[in-house]
Order: sequence, then structure tokens, then C-alpha cells
Amino acid sequence: MNNDPSAPGFWPALLQVLLTGTGQTLYMVSVALAITLIVGLPLGIVLVGTERGGLFAAPFGSRGLGIAINRVLDFIVNLGRSIPFIIVMIAIIPFTRLIVGTFIGTTAAIVPLSIVAIPFFARMVEIALKEIDPGLTEAAESLGATRGQIVWKVFVPEALPSIVLGLATTITSIINFSAMVGVVAGGGLGDVAFRYGYQGFNTPYIVAVIIVIFVIVQIIASVAALIARRLLHETSSQVSLSTLISFPTSRTQQSI
Amino acid sequence: MISLRNVSKTFGEGPRAVVALDDVSLEVARGEIFGVVGQSGAGKSTLIRTVNLLERPDSGTVIVDGVDLTAIGPGQLRLARQKIGMIFQHFNLLSSRTVRGNVEFALEVTGADRRERRRRADEILDLVGLTDKAESYSNQLSGGQKQRVGIARALAAEPTVLLSDEATSALDPETTRSILDLIRTINEQLGLTVLLITHEMDVVKAICDSAALLERGRIVEQGRLVELISRPGSRLAGELFPLGAVPPHVGSTIIDITFSGGSADRPVIAQLARTHGLDVSILGAIIETIGGNQAGRTRLELPGEPAVNAAAIADLRSQGLLVEVLGGAAA
Repeated sequence: MNNDPSAPGFWPALLQVLLTGTGQTLYMVSVALAITLIVGLPLGIVLVGTERGGLFAAPFGSRGLGIAINRVLDFIVNLGRSIPFIIVMIAIIPFTRLIVGTFIGTTAAIVPLSIVAIPFFARMVEIALKEIDPGLTEAAESLGATRGQIVWKVFVPEALPSIVLGLATTITSIINFSAMVGVVAGGGLGDVAFRYGYQGFNTPYIVAVIIVIFVIVQIIASVAALIARRLLHETSSQVSLSTLISFPTSRTQQSI
Repeated sequence: MISLRNVSKTFGEGPRAVVALDDVSLEVARGEIFGVVGQSGAGKSTLIRTVNLLERPDSGTVIVDGVDLTAIGPGQLRLARQKIGMIFQHFNLLSSRTVRGNVEFALEVTGADRRERRRRADEILDLVGLTDKAESYSNQLSGGQKQRVGIARALAAEPTVLLSDEATSALDPETTRSILDLIRTINEQLGLTVLLITHEMDVVKAICDSAALLERGRIVEQGRLVELISRPGSRLAGELFPLGAVPPHVGSTIIDITFSGGSADRPVIAQLARTHGLDVSILGAIIETIGGNQAGRTRLELPGEPAVNAAAIADLRSQGLLVEVLGGAAA
């Protein structure tokens, strides 16, 4: 490997490696994110719904079942959130192999990434939904709305600004975790920094990775804040960008 | 139109149980505005929420427009609720939707198609005077405007009953007035039966045909206002004409005379002074328009001998006036 920045071919090689790494990271993160959304959103809704007085407090007329579902899901979410990612990755290798066919490589890495991101996002959704005024549910019920209508026409749209911000935080944490998938030969930007930069004694690679990740996270945070602000129907003077970004993060820390 | 029969509701269990409603029976006639008054904690909110079964009573029946809501399944209950509009103290509007979107939400629930929703929403927004705010979001509206949206949403599915849960309690007096006028207008124009709860007697005075007094979960008194004001010892009437505490009296008799209908126009006091030779003092007086009629209550001090005073009171009663003796010798 070429370690001399002034040597011919150093920068084109770095660019090539960086592009491949970025591509792998974006691939892992976006697929894991899609899975997280599909599983985490309903999970968060069920978590809130099965609480005392919730929309699904007594599924099939049984409050006991509601309590059971709530306890089990809450336990799973806590478990998923408390185990360090690198251990999750190793521990679920049999599961990953079952689903993807192998536990090695970028695609296989999506499984542990999703497993860790789903509970994280589900908590974000739970927090966002709990912010909704119970009066809105009551108003919808008074109009004769079904539970499905309440979920999709009241819960989700009303919580959407917070959910979008929670999603941005979730993406950031998936990117964070994805830097570790080099352990299972998952590639990505973390792997570039570790193998080319650290093990290859090549500092410019580390710096380049930091810059790329920083830019990606900044873009995501800004876009999320913009969308959330749009959804709140407020003018830019009423809500500052920083309050929007810091809001869900501080809430999350409390919930941990 | 609305009939609660022996409705009871208790929250919690054991020694910490709170009885919110204790064997409450209530009859609201079709087309009238019925007000339930009581202090906070009296059970008003629970009472109105049992009418559309947002709160299911422990016992008793709730009949709205001939349907016993406590006896039907969830699907039928949802259909019944579409015909029972409800407005709230804190409006409970969806912030994710425009004014029109909030109204259309009620119609999405009933399954109306897009064009019908739009047509009906615009029609009802015109009725509540918010046509120019159709595209606004609730955080761009004043309190009064928000409640108008709440009313529009409640009326969108053309209910037969409107429930009002302290709808004006978060509003300033002027806005309260305009919202009450609106409720009165829709009551008259659409023939809607209105059940409202409030802690403000002024609301009852302004628009109600009938009223009930709720105290610690029990209905203490109920009836049409015109009857209540001529009912001796009525506490609701006392609240309607707050003349305050009876002042100390020595050697004189203090009476309250309630006028209603035609008697409000007659020179009763002047006659009293002339006929019985009494130097009558007026201690207090209130005239109100209640249920569309002039009604009033006057507190008088009669300085005469017991026999003279008794004769004067008998004379007043013979003219069909309600006279209540509050203090002093009169028998």
C-alpha cells in the first residue's frame, strides 16, 4: 500500500477506497433503516397502545394479554438496547446465517444493524407518541373513529415531527454501529479507517473517513430538522434548528 | 333525546375509590339546550363522557335518540357516536391538519368520499364563519376560532346531539359570548339537542332551556329554567339571581320576590307601599332574560309590624308572585 501522500497515485487510490467504503456504508445503513422503520414503528405503536388506558390496552377483550404484550416487548426493547453492538453481532451469528445464508460480508451485517436499531427507534416512536395529547384520541373516539383510523390519522401524523427527528438520531446511531462491522468483514467506512488508516499507518485515510461521516450526519440532521419544521407548520422564526435537533436527543438520554 | 337512568361510576377500588356519579338520572328533551352545573370535582366531566360512552358507567343505562348505548357492540357504538358531536374545553384539534382537514377528518370516519367531504366541510365552515381560515393550521388560530373549528368538526357528520364539555371555559368573556351565540344558533337552525356542562352559571343563564345541579356525583335539582325560578327554595334559581347573604335584621321582615313573565312589568313595589303603608326598602335586585323571558328577583325589607308584613306578603302571593321569607317575624 502507498503511504506517501506526495507519491503519484496516492490520492486516486484513497478516493477509490473511500468511494467503495461510502457505498457499503450507505447500502448497509439504508437497508437496515428501511427494516427498522417497518418493524420499529409498529413496535413503538404497540408499546404505547398496550399501556394502561391505551388504544390496545385489552386486545381481544383481555387486559391481561395487553399487559403481557407490553411487558414482553418492553423487555425485548430494553435487552436490545443494553447489549453492546459488537456482542450482538457475534451473538446473533446463527440467526444471521439463517436469514442471509452467511454471516460474513456487507449484506450479512445488515441483520445485526437492524436488530440493534429497531429497539432504539421503537423507543423514539414510543416517546413521540406519548407526547400526543390524550384529548386528541378522545376527540377521534367521539367522532366514531376505529382504532386503525386513530393510529394512522391521529397518532402517526401528530407524532410525525418527533418521529422524523427520532429517525435522524436512529440513522446516526446506525452509522455509528456500522463502523464496527469490519469484524464480520462487512466493509464500510469504519473498516476503511481501521484497516487502511490504523493498521496501514495511513492517517489521511482516517481523516478522510471522519470528514465523509461528519458530512453525512450533518446532512441527515439538517434535512430531518427541515422536514420536522415543515410538519409543525411554523415559521422559521418560531422554532430554531438547534432546539429541534437537541430535543429528541435529550429525551432519549432520559429514557435510557 | 338523551336519557340517563340510574347511572353510577366509581373510579379506583377499595378505600381509595372515588364515586364520580351516584345514581344519576337525567332527561334531555329533543331540541333543548340542557346545562349541567357544578363545581370542579362534582362529576360533570364524567357525566358528559358517559353520554357517548367515552366513559362506560358501572351500572345504569344511557339512551340517546332511542338507542341504548350500553347494550350495543363496539361497531354499532362507533356508528352511534357519529351522530353525537362533542366539543372540548381544550378544542382537541389535530395540529397535523388544516382547519378544513380537521373537519374532513370527521367525514373520513363516516366514509364519505373526497368530493362529498370537501363540499360538506366548506358548507359547515361557512356556517361557523371560518371560510377564510380553511387552509390555516390550528397554531395560527385564536381560542375562539379553534372552538369554532371544534364545533364545525362536531357538526360535520350531521349529528342529532351536541355535547359540550366546558367548551367556553378556556375563552375570554367576549369570545365565550360569541361561541354561546353560535351554539344557540345551531341549536335553533339545525334542531340540535345540546347537553353542556359548565361551572359558570352565566353560561346557563345565557343559553340554556333546562338545567341540572350536580353535587358530589348526584343530581340535586333539575328542570326547565322557567319552572326553576318560580320553585320555592330552588338552589339553581338562587344561583341565577345571586342576591348574596341575608343582612342582619332587627324588627323587620326580609323577603325575596321572584318576578317572571308578565309580573315583571307591573309596579309591584309601589303598589305594596301604597296599599299597606309600608316604607319598603330595596336591598337588592336582579333582572335577567332567562329562557327568552324577563325574570327577576328583588330583596325587600318590610319595616312594619308582623301582622302588617304578613298581610302584605299574602297580598303579593295572591298576585301570583313567588315570595320567600328570609328573616324576621312574618307569620
